[in-house]
Amino acid sequence: MKTGRITKWALGLALAGAVALTAGMAQAQLKIAFVYVTHVGDAGWTYQHHLGRMAMEKALGNKIKVTTVGPVKEGADAERVIRKLAASGNKLIFTTSFGFMNPTLKVAKRYKKVTFVHVSGYKRSKNVSTVFARLYEGRYLTGMVAGMMTKSNVLGYIGAFPIPEVIRGINAFTLGARAVNPKVQVRVIWVSSWFNPGKERQASETLIAQGADVITHHTDSTAAVQAAQARKKFAIGYHSDMSKYGKTAHLTAATHIWGSYYTKVAKAVLAGGWKAGDTWGGLKDGMVALAPFGPSVPAKVQAMVKKRQAEIRAGTFHPFQGPVKDQSGKVVVPAGKTMADGPMLGMKYYVEGVVGKLPKK
Amino acid sequence: MSEAEIINLIVLTFKSAVPLIFAALGELVVEKSGVLNLGVEGMMLIGAVAGFIGAVTTGSIFVGMLMAMAAAVLVSLIFAVLTLSLLANQVATGLALTIFGIGLSAFIGKPFLGNTIEGLQPWAIPLLSDIPILGPLLFNHDPMLYLAVAAFFGVSWFLYRSRGGLILRSIGESHEAAHALGYPVIRIRYLAVMFGAAMGGLGGAYLSLVLTPQWQEDMTAQRGWIALALVVFATWRPSRVMIGAWLFGALTIVNFYAQSQGVSFSSHLLATLPYFATIIVLVLISWDAAKIRLHAPAALGKPFHASD
Repeated sequence: MKTGRITKWALGLALAGAVALTAGMAQAQLKIAFVYVTHVGDAGWTYQHHLGRMAMEKALGNKIKVTTVGPVKEGADAERVIRKLAASGNKLIFTTSFGFMNPTLKVAKRYKKVTFVHVSGYKRSKNVSTVFARLYEGRYLTGMVAGMMTKSNVLGYIGAFPIPEVIRGINAFTLGARAVNPKVQVRVIWVSSWFNPGKERQASETLIAQGADVITHHTDSTAAVQAAQARKKFAIGYHSDMSKYGKTAHLTAATHIWGSYYTKVAKAVLAGGWKAGDTWGGLKDGMVALAPFGPSVPAKVQAMVKKRQAEIRAGTFHPFQGPVKDQSGKVVVPAGKTMADGPMLGMKYYVEGVVGKLPKK
Repeated sequence: MSEAEIINLIVLTFKSAVPLIFAALGELVVEKSGVLNLGVEGMMLIGAVAGFIGAVTTGSIFVGMLMAMAAAVLVSLIFAVLTLSLLANQVATGLALTIFGIGLSAFIGKPFLGNTIEGLQPWAIPLLSDIPILGPLLFNHDPMLYLAVAAFFGVSWFLYRSRGGLILRSIGESHEAAHALGYPVIRIRYLAVMFGAAMGGLGGAYLSLVLTPQWQEDMTAQRGWIALALVVFATWRPSRVMIGAWLFGALTIVNFYAQSQGVSFSSHLLATLPYFATIIVLVLISWDAAKIRLHAPAALGKPFHASD
């Protein structure tokens, strides 16, 4: 009887010790969570976040422990998921879709000790930071490639929704193309969806049928690149290097790179010194990059684009540097000036060279 | 607009109608037998993923098509057992089948994301495809497109010219009467559901094998629902299914064409047009009650048990 009681005590002590030990270990290790809006797949928006997460894990090793949840629908479901992640001890949470903005802020109010980073939104608080990429820099460079590679002088662009982010990309692409080839026209088709391979394919074919010989897209699938490959035209990928979907068609791609930013935030949180704020990083911050050039791109073109890329990095060139004219010919940025971030974030017009009117909604 | 451009756009319209034709003709037969299967979207996705996996692993598109049909039939059997044998509610079970299909296809398709296949190439019909204008317009398509047209003739013939079709329709009108006459109501409904699933599977496979060609989650993007609307829009007539499918297909292409020409209208509004057109047709035919009664299967959605 007596020995029994002693073993019980001993067991209890050992257990308590074990619990304390694991708790101690968990504290040393920073628990990080990611909320994805779609499956990872092997190209596209979420895939780039996945690559960023992997880069961060590689850099920080066992100092961090990462959980990912996805796909999570934007809306009420997202709040539940984020809350659960915060409640289960994650001290740094990345929410990687625009629609997670309000849920993130709501949960962040309850969990003041947790650091939140919301990608692509504009609402911040004491423990919610926002981050986005200056993808228009990449768009400008890919526009240059397209402008030099086109023979028909018609470029095709598939857009998801006419919001400033997408319009800014179209305009930067057009400016880049016309900087090297003033005869270029950009035709735009809106497919009203971030992801609909069937429609993206049809839109690509419609653009090709109208003479476009270089196509790019601001949607999430690889359909445009595949369409260009099938029709022996050129394509420029988006989000990810999509060269595997268009061996000869893929010229390059404007891609998101999140790894260095994620690592920076995680390091700061580990050291206890992260301050919430906004980050809008571009080529110079390593958050935007061009995918390797395809075999069809001549060395001369590559050299020109690389030179411009270096200038953007150095800050001596800005894609929206004057003179920039809108479609009606009105000067929106006078010569010698560059556009400030505010007007860029609210861009609601096409620049000269884009065909057609911007849909109101 | 040049002649080549017009031909190109019409061919694109034909292609975008194919998934709708397959799925809607299949669902038409199912509904004519008195069963309402709202799981079209789910079966299309299962067909799309199974077809793609079949094509990638065997290298043959035709094996892919067979696998698409087989897989869609398999999942539709869940629906059939639940609703026909166990008398579960058809609407709820059909919705469940769609949700199940979305999830299952995403799950089994995961290792195949990012794979590429050649895709089905057009078969130019010798001599006929050389006719100016008509040749490229009608006789230079991929085999699945021809198959969709053949399916239309097959289904029309079966429903209105064959004895089997007559029995199927009579079951859809009044299963009690058909049962009293000695027809195996449940068995025929099983067959109808399986046929509908095979067609839905082919419709999905057209997206993953020909139109895109790739596998992506949820790639049917609500075409299953449009197919369901199309059956009502067509007032349960195969020929009107074809017209409706081309009309809905043309809506997308005309929208894209107009946009790239610089004409813009609200793309959200355009996306609602198929459903809007269906509502209009419903309102129109509701004015003449006799007309709906003539074509809508009277026993649609009603469970049947021999003891009734």
